[in-house]
Amino acid sequence: MPLYLNDDQTMLRDTAKDFIASEAPIAHMRALRDADDTAGFSRTLWKQFAEMGFTGILIPEADGGLGLGHVEAGVVLEEIGRNLSPSPFLATAVAAVEALKGSAAARAWYPGILAGETVAALAIDEGAKHDGRIAMQAERAGNGFRLTGAKQFVTNGHVADLLLVAARTGNGTTLFAVAGDAQGLTATPQRLADSSIAARLQFDGVEVDADAVIGEVDQGDGPLARLLAAGRTGASAEMIGVGGGAMDMTVSYLRERKQFGVAIGSFQALQHRAAHLYSEMEVARAAVLKAQQLLDAGPEYAAAAAEAVAVAKAMTGLATTLAVQEGVQMHGGIGMTDEFDIGFFMKRARILAEMFGDSNFHANALAESAGY
Amino acid sequence: MSEDLDQFRAETRAWLEANCPAEMRTPPKSDRETTWGGRNPEYAHPDQKVWLDRMAARGWTVPDWPSEYGGGGLSAAETKILREELKRIKARNPLNSFGISMLGPALLKYGTEAQKLEHLPKIARGEIRWCQGYSEPNAGSDLAGLQTSAEDKGDRFLVNGQKVWTSYADKADWIFCLVRTDKRVKQAGISFLLFDMASPGVSTKPILLISGNSPFCETFFDNVEVPKANLLGELNKGWDVAKYLLGHEREMISGFGLGGTGKDPLVEAARKGADPILRAQIALFQVRSKAFTAMSEKFIDELKAGKAHPAQPSMMKYYGTELNKARHELQMAAGGSDALEWESDASHQGAAARTWLRTKANSIEGGTSEIQLNIIAKRILDLPS
Repeated sequence: MPLYLNDDQTMLRDTAKDFIASEAPIAHMRALRDADDTAGFSRTLWKQFAEMGFTGILIPEADGGLGLGHVEAGVVLEEIGRNLSPSPFLATAVAAVEALKGSAAARAWYPGILAGETVAALAIDEGAKHDGRIAMQAERAGNGFRLTGAKQFVTNGHVADLLLVAARTGNGTTLFAVAGDAQGLTATPQRLADSSIAARLQFDGVEVDADAVIGEVDQGDGPLARLLAAGRTGASAEMIGVGGGAMDMTVSYLRERKQFGVAIGSFQALQHRAAHLYSEMEVARAAVLKAQQLLDAGPEYAAAAAEAVAVAKAMTGLATTLAVQEGVQMHGGIGMTDEFDIGFFMKRARILAEMFGDSNFHANALAESAGY
Repeated sequence: MSEDLDQFRAETRAWLEANCPAEMRTPPKSDRETTWGGRNPEYAHPDQKVWLDRMAARGWTVPDWPSEYGGGGLSAAETKILREELKRIKARNPLNSFGISMLGPALLKYGTEAQKLEHLPKIARGEIRWCQGYSEPNAGSDLAGLQTSAEDKGDRFLVNGQKVWTSYADKADWIFCLVRTDKRVKQAGISFLLFDMASPGVSTKPILLISGNSPFCETFFDNVEVPKANLLGELNKGWDVAKYLLGHEREMISGFGLGGTGKDPLVEAARKGADPILRAQIALFQVRSKAFTAMSEKFIDELKAGKAHPAQPSMMKYYGTELNKARHELQMAAGGSDALEWESDASHQGAAARTWLRTKANSIEGGTSEIQLNIIAKRILDLPS
């Protein structure tokens, strides 16, 4: 399969580009922030995403979705990133949908996701750094389980209809689909640097039925791996949009801004840095597309996909971090103002770089899998 | 279509299994085991010739060239499958050739039918080894300032001047050479000539480099007679050919950033126990290296489909060469004092150190990194002059 978008994917990109730029541009995010919005995103916009068919991209056709892949989901995520659109798309329509795939729980939750009525949040991290460690306990209680523990960095966790929760069970890990309004669950919303909202969740003996188990008890590693692979690849695609958007805005500024009587983009010191940034972003983009295609290629490519996903997340973290730093620096003073948009790119990139493991985490994972 | 490709893959795999000698599935142990062909070919191992001849017989040294010119006549999809299958068995490149990577594409685009039929099959079979006469002592980054002249003498040109950094000029059979055919204008006074290095008046002198090796030469032309039929492209339009060819040269050099097909010596060194800081540096390097491998695949796919930006080879060249330099800095650090030995058998006569030093030329030859960044800034990012 060639490593570029095919005609259908290009059409989808054009559709997503037009739709998101029109319905959820940066001004939309700024307006939500300025109104001190407490949800962190717009339910109306989420409904529109469903009407466009976006929420069903990764849901199998047999379940009423479009049955498309990570490449297509990434096309939408890149536009979300480019417009800094607050959206539950990554957690809900990508990570949660992948985790639920093939499970009995999918039947309960897919219809709401397809309809744009259900928002999911991912309760995975327990410490400040994503490290894969899970202390949360799920003890058997009656017909189901009782969950006790704490999670953090749960984007939209305070308003989510569905929480995907990783917990320790007798002989392994189990992934649970927990209703957002479950008894014993306390969500404390925290506004993050980019004005999105992530919750700290406290589970004090939250009781769930046996059918809350995604897949099999103690066999949560499979769905959790799917969730993380989809989340990492999706966050990478969104970062390509964030970094690409910052780069485009900056290069335009270099062409327009005049000092010493000439466009500052005529200075070689800035040209070389911009060209270096372009190179890093191109390489990151290729790494993301490779990971998406390998995930879509099926289970026989699982090992190659796992490596490619780590490379993609690490590389986009490096490239996008450079893009937003150069973006602010090359804008000079106005780059530091709240009135100008470039700073929003820096904030969003920081959150995405941290999500599901940062560049160092994934570089280390690559080293470990290579045996050093 | 996809069934045809599946069948092509199966047949290719079976043929490679039967025809690629076992030795050719291991990385070359030294530069001497790299196959360059030519009138006086050097084979450090007999299987090099076996492998070259078998691949050439199928046109697979140049799988996507038309078969009438010695190529395999494969489609882009088939070529990709062949490349994947070669990589799968870690096969060595059957033929390293500036004829394939640089001149061939320019001949295909600008050559007359007679020139194509004369030169391409010999390139494909590795019978003629080519070198590139571009840089001059006073024309480096400012290549179009070149002064080697070709004077019109009716049915021939008389070439006088000097080239420098001519890779393997002392081993090459023919040269593709930029010459000045009009002194009044800069780019528009350059023509592109092909001639035999055995012509009277051609001499070469190897340049000793910091690596202790001499891959480059000074090349002198003293009243060299070149038939007019050896002009590639139109008179005074050689700069177009030169730029087109440079794009392909940059693609080739960018490939240095990919590392080899065998065991990664950097990973091997790290496994033996690198200190935590070096380990982290290697791991972060591997992120970029593996991402660049994907970039190379994407670039080739886009190139074959006509979707690549015409200046994208500059990005590939810049990134690939900087990556390769970084790789060898890390390899030297990982190798410690073992890697410093310059002449011992254990060090394969200083292979690590000499390669490390050689890679420093990667970001100079074929247009410096700074020139590539200029090109990206102007032609891709549209930044003002």
